[in-house]
Amino acid sequence: MERIPILRMGEFLLVTIQVDMHDQLALTLQEDLTTQIEKTGAHGVLIDISALEMVDSFIGRMIANISGMSRILDAHTVVVGMQPAVAITLVELGLSLPGVKTALNVERGMHYLRGLAENGEVGR
Amino acid sequence: MTAINADSLPVLCEQDVVLARQMVRKLAREMSFSLVDQTKIVTAASELARNALIHGGGGFMSWEFLADGSKKGLRLTFADKGPGIANLELAMTDGWTSGTGLGMGLSGTKRLVNDFEIESQVGKGTRVAITRWK
Repeated sequence: MERIPILRMGEFLLVTIQVDMHDQLALTLQEDLTTQIEKTGAHGVLIDISALEMVDSFIGRMIANISGMSRILDAHTVVVGMQPAVAITLVELGLSLPGVKTALNVERGMHYLRGLAENGEVGR
Repeated sequence: MTAINADSLPVLCEQDVVLARQMVRKLAREMSFSLVDQTKIVTAASELARNALIHGGGGFMSWEFLADGSKKGLRLTFADKGPGIANLELAMTDGWTSGTGLGMGLSGTKRLVNDFEIESQVGKGTRVAITRWK
């Protein structure tokens, strides 16, 4: 079965979405990621969507769900690399992804997660 | 107004939704839409293709290139033979959801395109046509 890989990088999990996801693949990612958070005790999740040419309401909901679920499992999620055209379209569609932390690129996203770890915001 | 190059694709499974949006991306590129306009119509197509699949039990997407004077447009039509929508006005409201989405599908899609037409008959199906002009 087709799956989106989840990489472990120290205390963080890293997901790079590089395919045009059908809905089931997005749901599988949601399940796999929550399973991995529980298994690894990761406190941070970074989702790179820079290769996504489109985020519709379903994928937007999946991103918001992952963010909410990981928070309940004591992990922070940061979504990085959204293309400007995707951001414009998402907001016009009516989704502003409240509660989802975003960063411009992977570097800034990692910086954010490390900052949380150093300030003791995570792992308590 | 003239229409040329009409064709269609079935929307019968989730993978067809992906194929539909890839086709729309290709068509929008062929028309030299800006990246933002490409993204808008691809996203609108994804919403409507999913609606046709989930609520309409499957259907098809057809497309045509329009020319109106110096204006060029891409028109997409999504049709299904599903249960139809009893209250169109309600279905077009921001925040109204049938339970499976965020309630942004139809109203949000309308904001992404220039023209939006919807016809629905209970028990017969739904047809949505959208056009993005360049």
